[in-house]
Amino acid sequence: MDFNDTPEEAAFRAEARAWLQANAEPLTAGESPGELERTNPEIVKRSQAWQAKKADNGWACITWPKEFGGRGATSIQSVIWGQEEGKFRTPPNIFGIGQGMLGPTIMVHGTQEQKDRYIRPMLRGEEIWCQMFSEPSAGSDLAGLRTTAVRDGDDWIINGQKIWTTGAQYCKWGMIVTRTDPNAEKHKGITYFILDMESPGIEIRPIKQINGMSGFNEVFFTDVRVSDKNRVGAVNDGWRGALTTLMNERHSIGAGGGGPDFNDLIRLTKEVQWNGKPAFEDAGVRQRLADFYVRLKGLQYTGYRGQTALSRGSTPGPESSIGKLVGAPLRQDIAAFAISLQGAAGAILDRGDGVEEGVWQQMYLGTPGLRLAGGTDEILRNIIAERVLGLPPEIRADKGMPFKDIPTGPKS
Amino acid sequence: MNFDFSDEQKLLRQTAREFLDKNAPLTLCRAVLESDASFSDTLWKSVSELGWLATSIPEEFGGAGFGRLEMAVLAEEAGRVLAPIPFSSTAYLATEALLLAGTEEQKKRFLPRIATGEWIGAFAHNEGAGEPGPKQIATALKDKLKGSKSPVADGDIAHFAIVTAKSGKEVGLAIVELGGRGITRSTLRSIDPSRSLATLTFKNAPAEWLGGAPCGWDKIQNLLDRSAVLMAFEQLGGATRAFELTREYVLGRYAFGRPVASFQAIKHRLADLYVAIELARSNCYYAAWALENDAPQLGVAACGARVSASDAFELASKEMVQMHGGVGFTWEFDCHLFYRRAKYLGSILGSPNLWREQLVQRLGA
Repeated sequence: MDFNDTPEEAAFRAEARAWLQANAEPLTAGESPGELERTNPEIVKRSQAWQAKKADNGWACITWPKEFGGRGATSIQSVIWGQEEGKFRTPPNIFGIGQGMLGPTIMVHGTQEQKDRYIRPMLRGEEIWCQMFSEPSAGSDLAGLRTTAVRDGDDWIINGQKIWTTGAQYCKWGMIVTRTDPNAEKHKGITYFILDMESPGIEIRPIKQINGMSGFNEVFFTDVRVSDKNRVGAVNDGWRGALTTLMNERHSIGAGGGGPDFNDLIRLTKEVQWNGKPAFEDAGVRQRLADFYVRLKGLQYTGYRGQTALSRGSTPGPESSIGKLVGAPLRQDIAAFAISLQGAAGAILDRGDGVEEGVWQQMYLGTPGLRLAGGTDEILRNIIAERVLGLPPEIRADKGMPFKDIPTGPKS
Repeated sequence: MNFDFSDEQKLLRQTAREFLDKNAPLTLCRAVLESDASFSDTLWKSVSELGWLATSIPEEFGGAGFGRLEMAVLAEEAGRVLAPIPFSSTAYLATEALLLAGTEEQKKRFLPRIATGEWIGAFAHNEGAGEPGPKQIATALKDKLKGSKSPVADGDIAHFAIVTAKSGKEVGLAIVELGGRGITRSTLRSIDPSRSLATLTFKNAPAEWLGGAPCGWDKIQNLLDRSAVLMAFEQLGGATRAFELTREYVLGRYAFGRPVASFQAIKHRLADLYVAIELARSNCYYAAWALENDAPQLGVAACGARVSASDAFELASKEMVQMHGGVGFTWEFDCHLFYRRAKYLGSILGSPNLWREQLVQRLGA
């Protein structure tokens, strides 16, 4: 057991670090990358400039095959690159949905024409992509989607609504799953398209979240026209492509970084006074601190086990599926605990007198989203139970039923 | 990054598992539990012959000179079968104490006899209810040993004991041969009768300091840390086996016309249990790395391993009983063997609460 790179990994790390040192500012000690407002057009421009620079030098989408502009890097090289880039002050990566999920889907299911047209601008960050899957009545049960696409000559006409669409405001392209045969079973009447987000009939409305931010949108479609050339995969076979996208999503969604960490929590317990003594001295506080630490470290070391598998060129074991399920509720619990340490003052959202002010409150208001996005805690438990532990699948009340006959709850 | 056991260590695991599958079925644990015996002499002899007790003892003292990672592998396998033998007392605690604090002469006297399985060791630390710390040790060594230790795991069957004792304001580790004068032992009823407990009373018993003088609390804590890492692997093994058996049971049992394993109330809890065990496993791996390399992180890592493995084993054993339903509460089914062992191992080296406190002391320093 050791934590060292293999000689090949060390050489790659050195190469990555050398390029980053020549092209970016390192973070200073203790500085965290920080959360930048992704919807700010200025930030979007800076992100695009950095992406183009990486692409020009062979550091964009490094795991993609060379034919698509990547360098065919291994998964462990991708981890190493991420670790090294994380040590530098770089703009936020707003290309993750395209590069991490949609690009790989087009590579597998797209036509040659689609690959030629879309992949390179995606890699360079010239065109940003969004994913339009969830609907108001199709979240965990994604295949229950009801946005329709109806054939009209060489085109399709889309009507309906998507929700939880990240970045719809600044995206040029989106990928959308639609209902094209309501008489078929729900997984068998879905078709997948690439959609120009500037098409007439698309309306984008930001969703205001409980933390006041608006990272997501609702997207409405009224007679939106899309060419059949933009179809990905066969008609009514879009579920296959959607699964490819979702499989890639599971690789790319973590527990979410940013915000205060365990050291900040320890510092808070030492600063906050409880009846004249630091909260840190309270036995109950100390027991909770220990529990948080052990779980955080358990996650970190589970990551090391996954990296070990990658380093050997094998697939990480099932233990790597637990990251978000553990990390998201844990961060919510830590935020709640930090607020409780502050007593009545925990109720203050923001005094407006310092950068550190209200970080725990913001974390508390933001963490519920982590437990929902990219698979709810409940769906993740089903996935672990069924795919890792081999327990029986959920019994489905809509199995074998035409989509149009599936019950949707009492009509008011 | 190579955060895994080596191929040789995995081979050792496989060999150990095959051996234990044949020679230590759960019926063996039950036989000890239901009899007056404190341990399985047969299993002790056979693991001795396989060289398990010699694993981390250097060759110059009659050992095999392997590292602690090999010991961690064996501990996990012993944990899986609830091995009814004084392995932890002898191979983790007594052996580590001698290696850590013993003089050359003491090592020469004791280690070769441990390596062959001839002598069983015990660690006598607790003095009644509560969590022992340096201020709570009343047992004293001044020429002779005076005091009482209770409970002492395997104290009724050990040939010698490592005893925490004070001398004035100093504390240290004494070593006592238990066949000598001035020693009374009385067997206690253990929550897990497949692993024994005893009270040892010393009335002017002949004893000597390990290392010739009181070694101080830091070294005692270091001994606790080292042993806790290895015991955490034993707990991890027990938790994993309890989980596996429970999974198998709920897959096979039907209720309301479907497998019990198909109910979300069961699926989700098994998923949570799996997560708890994997987090514990990762903490254990890290602690094993720290132990093997004598890393400065050992103290913190040992706390993490002890806390997460104790909690995971307790959770696994509780869920095992619950998910078996009524039969899980019967003497006849094996669930209680795990339920008992989890509490036994989670107690004898200090409760998880103590180790949480220890962890925060170290993080806060």
